[in-house]
Amino acid sequence: MAEQKTITVKVKRQDSPEASTRWEEFEVPYRPNMNVISVLMKIRENPVTTSGKKTTPVAWDMNCLEEVCGACSMVINGRPRQSCSALVDQLQQPLTIEPMSTFPIIRDLQVDRSRMFDSLKKVKAWVPIDGTYDLGEGPRLPERKREWAYELSKCMTCGVCLESCPNVNSGSSFMGPAPLSQVRLFNTHPTGAMVKDERLNAIMGDGGLANCGNSQNCVQACPKGIPLTTSIASLNRAATVQMFKNFFGSDHMVD
Amino acid sequence: MAKEKEFYWRRLHSLLGLIPVGLFLVFHLLVNFQATKGVEAFNEAAGLVEKMPFLLVLEWVVIYIPLMFHAFYGVYIAFTAKSNLKRFGTTRNWFFMLQRLSGIFLVIFIAWHIWQTRLQKTLADAEVNYDMMADIVSNPAMLAFYIVGIIAATFHLSNGIWSFLVSWGITQSKQSQKVATWVTMIFFVLLSVVGVMAILAFV
Repeated sequence: MAEQKTITVKVKRQDSPEASTRWEEFEVPYRPNMNVISVLMKIRENPVTTSGKKTTPVAWDMNCLEEVCGACSMVINGRPRQSCSALVDQLQQPLTIEPMSTFPIIRDLQVDRSRMFDSLKKVKAWVPIDGTYDLGEGPRLPERKREWAYELSKCMTCGVCLESCPNVNSGSSFMGPAPLSQVRLFNTHPTGAMVKDERLNAIMGDGGLANCGNSQNCVQACPKGIPLTTSIASLNRAATVQMFKNFFGSDHMVD
Repeated sequence: MAKEKEFYWRRLHSLLGLIPVGLFLVFHLLVNFQATKGVEAFNEAAGLVEKMPFLLVLEWVVIYIPLMFHAFYGVYIAFTAKSNLKRFGTTRNWFFMLQRLSGIFLVIFIAWHIWQTRLQKTLADAEVNYDMMADIVSNPAMLAFYIVGIIAATFHLSNGIWSFLVSWGITQSKQSQKVATWVTMIFFVLLSVVGVMAILAFV
């Protein structure tokens, strides 16, 4: 029988949020069409390093396994991306797998993405429909605008854009591209636009829009191909107008 | 910095970089360019600037105050970034980093340049003219320092115009930003030629 082909994998490990990091190397039996998650599952079956040392299984997050939930983001061969859609046959070996260190690390490849969800709350990334009476149907979106808005709505809060941004780090409070682009989405929605000044004012606060330095890595890295830098530039224009409205006390806040 | 005022500080930083600091840089390099037409031509152009009424007020309002704000707030911005060129080697990521590096270099260069020229007039009653510059750049190391300083300044301004266009929402689409990259880079080359030809005229 032919010798079993193997894949060499290096994983950056960390036992707890405060623990120090270490690299561990594994040899994993190869199968055609493997993705990075199936490689991690193989390690879980037999958590023994290349040097024969028994170790703990690698911890990571995953959910949908089809690149729509955003849970399984990690840095693979130096690139932040979804591990479910990272196919081994298309990657250089040895594989290196690291957590997205822009976020607080929980354990191994698991990170805490709460700051993104907090930002979404801060910028009111939803369509407000709650009231004391039935608000009825909202205005319709033109079909072509809906098609365009659908692209922005693909954001799965995976955090890859924040990980790729040089201005999102422990020394800055920048909320990053994802929540900003959501402001553009909900300010386009006819019902969402009814509070568009509130969203703009939220991103004109500290840690908001102005922190973008236009390295434009986010748009390169986004697994959903969302035009993040166009969204940011468009919001910059809206914020310019909002700034003057605020300054001169305009009473046309939502038109 | 006051809370929730970051947006306004950043916009002010972007605006001041062009008006008046950027405009002054272009004007300054054009005055210098007169040196290519001879000693007399330069001394006349520089003398004309020195004869402006309310010179000290103009210098503070148009140059020192905006320049200092732009420089010090810029250093703060530069140090909040964490380079990741190894992961993303794109042109824009390079320009992002170069904008910060050139900015930090310029703080040092301009401080030195003002000390060596304008402050010598105040402190030592020296005359700011062709001979002063010729004396400075007679040292090859100084000449190299000045050339790097000029190119850093022209790059910082050109790429700064590009960033200004995005920061104020003028160029939004990918295509418009691409066009702006070309236009600002052509401007960078042209202004650098003017600046470097001018400094070489003092050698």
